[in-house]
Amino acid sequence: MSIVLEQSEIDRSLKRIAHEIIERNHGLDSVILLGIPTRGVTLAQRIGSFLSAIDSPVPVGTLDITMFRDDLRLRPPRPLVATSIPSQGLEGRDVILVDDVLFSGRTIRAALDAIGELGRPKSVQLAVLIDRGHRQLPIRADYVGKNIPTNAKESVKVQLREIDGEDQVEVSL
Amino acid sequence: MHSPHLLSINDLSKGEILEILDTARELARITDGSMKKLPTLRGRTVVNLFFEDSTRTRLSFEAAAKRLSADVINFSAKGSSVSKGESLKDTAQTLEAMGAELIIIRHSSSGAAQRLAESGWVKSHIVNAGDGMHEHPTQALLDAFTIRNHFPEHDRDFSGLRIGIVGDILHSRVARSNALLLTSLGAKVVFIAPPTLLPVGVENWPVEISYNLDDELSHLDAIMMLRVQSERMSDAFFPTEREYARDFGLGTQRLKALKPEAIIMHPGPMNRGLEISAASADSSQSVILEQVANGVLVRMAVLYLLMGGASVPTEGVLV
Repeated sequence: MSIVLEQSEIDRSLKRIAHEIIERNHGLDSVILLGIPTRGVTLAQRIGSFLSAIDSPVPVGTLDITMFRDDLRLRPPRPLVATSIPSQGLEGRDVILVDDVLFSGRTIRAALDAIGELGRPKSVQLAVLIDRGHRQLPIRADYVGKNIPTNAKESVKVQLREIDGEDQVEVSL
Repeated sequence: MHSPHLLSINDLSKGEILEILDTARELARITDGSMKKLPTLRGRTVVNLFFEDSTRTRLSFEAAAKRLSADVINFSAKGSSVSKGESLKDTAQTLEAMGAELIIIRHSSSGAAQRLAESGWVKSHIVNAGDGMHEHPTQALLDAFTIRNHFPEHDRDFSGLRIGIVGDILHSRVARSNALLLTSLGAKVVFIAPPTLLPVGVENWPVEISYNLDDELSHLDAIMMLRVQSERMSDAFFPTEREYARDFGLGTQRLKALKPEAIIMHPGPMNRGLEISAASADSSQSVILEQVANGVLVRMAVLYLLMGGASVPTEGVLV
């Protein structure tokens, strides 16, 4: 087991992502953050608070994609997590999906399907704390905290203080 | 849920009941917006196997399955080969050969769903949608879901709630399932009925018994009026309909005696003027149409939890 990101580095990565979001979207007027449970939600909230510190507050929501997964039949039914879409809706917005780890890309595909049911955003972008490679679908992230080359068998564990009591990312076999 | 079937409330732990109710609530939230249809069960086939008449239960299961993108085959015994003498076993096996993965069964014989699940005739998931005078678990789940929506302070536990079930308890699978489920969640259930409409051995059920509706009205948080099931009545269980309505019907006078926050429930179909007056059924305290809407959500939750995932966890790295 090795720790690949510590608290200060996680903070710095998220702050940098916040800056990149502002730069790329020329401000935050139409930006909306959607966290994918569980840890994507926490990360979206943190990026949201960096954005309001740097520029202005943006709506932050959560999107549970369980019902849209294509691998549901590979494991026992998962409990559903709350979905909350900000009242402004997604129509015409720049939606930024936030997740902790980008791996196969299947979660993001499911999220894109779910967003398709909810409306027609102007754009959908993806922010992840860790990109560990091994994509199974043609999906890439727009904002990456850190690229970590991994073996497909390794597991990447993101821990956040709001949920796990401390901030760190570890890779283990 | 640990069982591949939903046959009886007795098979569910309190945790599993709450899991179903929580799932239904999240589904309500998801489908409340513009996500009317979810792709979760795309390509899976669900069969409504109905040997008994039904409007809302069959339509509710059908709506639930379709909102999850499943294919639905409807079977009703009337006009089918059952009238030529085909057995339950052959009928079920025929449907499974056509690709059914989950069978929703309603039958006039108590235990029909259990027989189908345990006989080894079919591999499908079985959901009991009412078997004789035995159980109707999804009705009880939707009733609990409705009660919970109205008493948010009792979200995880119904302790302190007093729920009256009134009328034809004897013939009612709804009463049995509800008594089991609501007490399992901690509520106090009281059966209010004439002695002739209470089942033998009711004193061993975890419920209170009352023969006087007026004594109870002001103490109830929810009152569930049951349909008088004339089609199952071979004897005279009460002298006349007028007398029944006078003693056990929820009329306008009784409506006033209820607590203002108490809710009025009915599993449907209603005999207006017999067990419930039109004024009560349409009053602001009535949640009868909410029950119907909630039925679809609870049944979606049950379908998802039974057939949405793998029955056994598989190996491999999944993200």
